[in-house]
Amino acid sequence: MSERPAYTEYHPRWLRRQPSTYWWLERRAYLSFITRELSSIFIAWFVVYLLLLVRAVSRGDSSYQEFLAWSRHPVVLVLNVVTLLFVVFHAVTWFKLAPKAMVVHLRGKQLPAALISASNYGAWVAATALVLWLLLGG
Amino acid sequence: MGDKITLQVTRYRPEEESSATVQEYEVPCPKDWVVLDGLNYIKDRLDGSLTYRWSCRMGICGSCGMTVNGEPKLTCETFLSEYGHGPVKVEPLRNFPVIRDLVVEIGDFMRKLVSVKPWIIRNKEKLLSDGEYLQTPDELDEYKQFGMCINCMLCYSACPIYGLEPGFIGPAAIALAQRYNLDSRDEGSAERLEVLSEHDGIWGCTFVGECTEVCPKHVDPAGAIQRYKLTAALDNLKSFVIPKSAR
Repeated sequence: MSERPAYTEYHPRWLRRQPSTYWWLERRAYLSFITRELSSIFIAWFVVYLLLLVRAVSRGDSSYQEFLAWSRHPVVLVLNVVTLLFVVFHAVTWFKLAPKAMVVHLRGKQLPAALISASNYGAWVAATALVLWLLLGG
Repeated sequence: MGDKITLQVTRYRPEEESSATVQEYEVPCPKDWVVLDGLNYIKDRLDGSLTYRWSCRMGICGSCGMTVNGEPKLTCETFLSEYGHGPVKVEPLRNFPVIRDLVVEIGDFMRKLVSVKPWIIRNKEKLLSDGEYLQTPDELDEYKQFGMCINCMLCYSACPIYGLEPGFIGPAAIALAQRYNLDSRDEGSAERLEVLSEHDGIWGCTFVGECTEVCPKHVDPAGAIQRYKLTAALDNLKSFVIPKSAR
């Protein structure tokens, strides 16, 4: 798009201000946004970790034991704790935003935002319960 | 609270200087004075060369948007008393080129608004003799919120994506497109989708959400964009799954 206004050939020098490299520190909302974007790296790590676990299990018991020992290493432990915090942050902020994207109508009435958020949390709890049941009781 | 408050106003005089400077003015601050009253006091009594836009002074025209203490605000509804003893920093809206002092260049925004075809599009217009296009109150409620926009551009000023990638079509234009898409009388959503599904359209938005926070009319552009993304994604999916003739 041309930036020169159509009404005149000449216009005074506009002052163009470049956003600061640290623009994401200017507001709390920007920082929380950047943190959410950053969390994708940790979520990717979780996926890789899970795939490594699956590979270890498929290779037999000794391989699985090796994987468990490696998982107990302080570096891996700390990394996984940090990852868990990022994943929770991602999920919570995402569920908070979900009602903006999902506008659900029921019998001609728009469902309240809190209900959309609550159903997301409900699904999360249900999925967690299922996994726990499979691990512990199943 | 004292009788006077200091306004730190950003000045830019292109014929004299190549960058912005800050000038301080002391203005009275009665309880009912807004930032715009302070600027008008400067213009009338202290320095007639100060340049800024304003018109209705009641939050309707959308002309007096500025950055007040770092926040995009309509200066006609931002009270000086909110800032205690001050000082209050008044800067031009961010993310736009400055023409002079507090006046920004809005041509880019105006062109983007038009690009989303913000009018009712019909495949075939009804004859005048067939009467008006009727609409129920529920159908009106579907889009009314997105029609409340006053084009004040606070959302563009709050959007870091627009600041970093000026090609991004931006919150208000997308919300306005939704206003017509959700109108039961309109049949132009496919035409608008062509513009909005481009790289600089809805997919430019990474959902920072600040456009909605700063909107003085509670339009919720962030919500409009996310809903549009969902529609566009479903549309795309349909084009794979459903044969063209059945769509």
